Amino acid sequence: MPAAAKADKADKSVSRATKTAAWGKEQELKAYREMLLIRRFEEKAGQLYGMGLIGGFCHLYIGQEAVVVGMQMALKDGDQVITAYRDHGHMLACGMEANGVMAELTGRRGGYSKGKGGSMHMFSVEKNFFGGHGIVGAQVSLGTGIAFANRYRDNGNVCLTYFGDGASNQGQVYESFNMAELWKLPVVYIIENNKYAMGTSVDRSSALTDFSKRGASFNIPGEKVDGMDVRAVYDAGLKAVEYARTGNGPFILEMQTYRYRGHSMSDPAKYRSKDEVDKMRTERDPIERVRNRILERKLASEDEIKKIDAEIRGIVNESAEFATNDPEPDVSELYTDVLR
Amino acid sequence: MPIEVLMPALSPTMEKGNLAKWLKAEGDDVKAGDVIAEIETDKATMEVEAVDEGKLGKILVPEGTQDVAVNTPIALILGEGESASDAPAKSAPKKTDSPAKPVAGEDGAAASTGKPAEAAPEEMDVPEGTEMVATTVREALRDAMAEEMRRDPDVFVMGEEVAEYQGAYKITQGLLQEFGARRVIDTPITEHGFAGVGVGAGFTGLKPIVEFMTFNFSMQAIDQIVNSAAKTLYMSGGQVGCSIVFRGPNGAAARVAAQHSQDFASWYAHIPGLKVVSPYTAADAKGLLKSAIRDPNPVVFLENEILYGKTFPVPKLDDYLVPIGKAKIARPGKDVTIVAWSIGMTWALEAAEELAKKHIFAEVIDLRTIRPLDMQTIIESVKKTGRCVTVEEGWPQFGVGSEIAARIMDEAFDYLDAPVRRVTGEDVPMPYAANLEKLALPTAAKVIEAARAVTYR
Repeated sequence: MPAAAKADKADKSVSRATKTAAWGKEQELKAYREMLLIRRFEEKAGQLYGMGLIGGFCHLYIGQEAVVVGMQMALKDGDQVITAYRDHGHMLACGMEANGVMAELTGRRGGYSKGKGGSMHMFSVEKNFFGGHGIVGAQVSLGTGIAFANRYRDNGNVCLTYFGDGASNQGQVYESFNMAELWKLPVVYIIENNKYAMGTSVDRSSALTDFSKRGASFNIPGEKVDGMDVRAVYDAGLKAVEYARTGNGPFILEMQTYRYRGHSMSDPAKYRSKDEVDKMRTERDPIERVRNRILERKLASEDEIKKIDAEIRGIVNESAEFATNDPEPDVSELYTDVLR
Repeated sequence: MPIEVLMPALSPTMEKGNLAKWLKAEGDDVKAGDVIAEIETDKATMEVEAVDEGKLGKILVPEGTQDVAVNTPIALILGEGESASDAPAKSAPKKTDSPAKPVAGEDGAAASTGKPAEAAPEEMDVPEGTEMVATTVREALRDAMAEEMRRDPDVFVMGEEVAEYQGAYKITQGLLQEFGARRVIDTPITEHGFAGVGVGAGFTGLKPIVEFMTFNFSMQAIDQIVNSAAKTLYMSGGQVGCSIVFRGPNGAAARVAAQHSQDFASWYAHIPGLKVVSPYTAADAKGLLKSAIRDPNPVVFLENEILYGKTFPVPKLDDYLVPIGKAKIARPGKDVTIVAWSIGMTWALEAAEELAKKHIFAEVIDLRTIRPLDMQTIIESVKKTGRCVTVEEGWPQFGVGSEIAARIMDEAFDYLDAPVRRVTGEDVPMPYAANLEKLALPTAAKVIEAARAVTYR
């Protein structure tokens, strides 16, 4: 980070500026495809939940797709990702197979955790995805630890540590901030502010609702980002990841986003109006925005886009098929993987 | 009357120290607050100040004397017109009974002479003729960490005061000097956070040793230990685990009251996905800590502050490992099985010695590992003795003793000649007052009483 930029660290914490560089066809289509996969996958998961094939908790990511897709596009091979329980989108963005994720949701042996983790607990060492954690805020310390390991090994990798506006009020988040800045760990904290911690709006739960400033006490710079615009996410992500990778320590990105569905499948979301949700869907939907951009700029034809839509439906349908027919884990799995 | 200057205690658990240096000579005038001597323990060096005005009349313990018991008179301060011969007869240097002394008997006496405290059978894997080196538990733990850090660059230690301060209890003494600040890391006072950082680093394959200044503070971090460290391997279908050691002193020290005196053995031993180790001797402390650091699973390693300064023989071997999950018969016997570990072994061994005088021959099992529990060793012993007494510092309800009793019923009911008896800490928060604290803790006398009850003698 240049000296001048370092000097205005304080200013950066209130910066809302995110310049969106023009993307070429390849990037726009990639973003569209990845976001659509998450959208369709989550819709299908909602269906399977309704059919009783998925049990327990199931937190859908619909509406927030631009955050993980934009951030993932800003990463390099070897960078790691860790998040909380609303994690299906993160896994798909990391390149984990839809079949394995869906089969984990249905508790089948072909799931990423052999059916023993479920919706909130999935991992892929191969794709550098470290979970999938069910305890709100725990992943922030863990992600800081992964960044610690990067620093220890001096491997040049950055750990993206995702958490929500709700987790932002957990104590260990600030314990982690302190250590991350103290030791200049290569971590980017991504606060997915979807405006509701379960059913409590940020105004009712947070004394300071500008989450980009939550690192101010630790001298960690932060930035507010339009989390419904994948290009804005990408631009902010590139900058933050580069900042962390080059030894400057942590960076906070507040992604202003929105979940269309309830907190979990069992949440009727009566704490907000239907108008609020509809307005967000019609005016700011991240997938529609990219789709319109592609068509306006004539980067692809309607037909080409329809072809992508069909391909995605195929992947998602196949994953549902797989997750429905794959057998449950063998009963012997009850006692495996307790210890190594 | 001349005023006696007594050997001071530097900590609640200190029993003895070395008189490093006299800064005043006999005949020197001293004022209250003057530094008159320096004393040292294996943890620290401290200055002794005069508390009265007068003349340093006689130095009773010369400088360089090792292992001076707390409360031994070390010098006389004379008032005007007094001479050293006015001193009371008892002021000759001798070991006095100290109220701070937590355990009496063979163990304490042996420690003060630096001789082996233990007559236990040697580990099977120690070759005959191996040199045994008198080592404190504190040194053994430090040696274990240093050896493993030399062996594996992925091993590092983090915690409060582990580096520059050299460890709050001096367990990490010298590690910063040898391994540097990259691998010996002082953390802020932030147990929940740094436990999570350790587990996260462990997920990537590093092998952290996370020191809690005491295990009392691990309650701040228990979510990361249980929900993240212990369960992730299972939740990931075997993909992501962590090789991590959480270590530090556990249980009551002395006179530190309720919040700093708690035994967590049964808490952590309840959790699948954790291993729980709690050694008594220095040799086991070393061999088990080395095994814990190498173990691919999370290990909770419960030490004991009172034992840190105790000396035991440790085999001089390049790579001395003690297997996790294996109990040891510390003293063979035929009449009653006493199961203990860590500090509980001091009461168990003392009781066995006393019981032998009454012709009750107790077999004392040093459990060493609480999870996985070595029931085989216990059951074999109970089949021989038909009786069992468990000893633990923790509370009675849902304690380790309760589990052992239940398992003996399951696996050796027909061999029992009496119900299993548990000797535990009393079911109260630890009181501060010395008399109440003593009542709250197990003692050799309580173990003897239980052993006599189950043997009907």
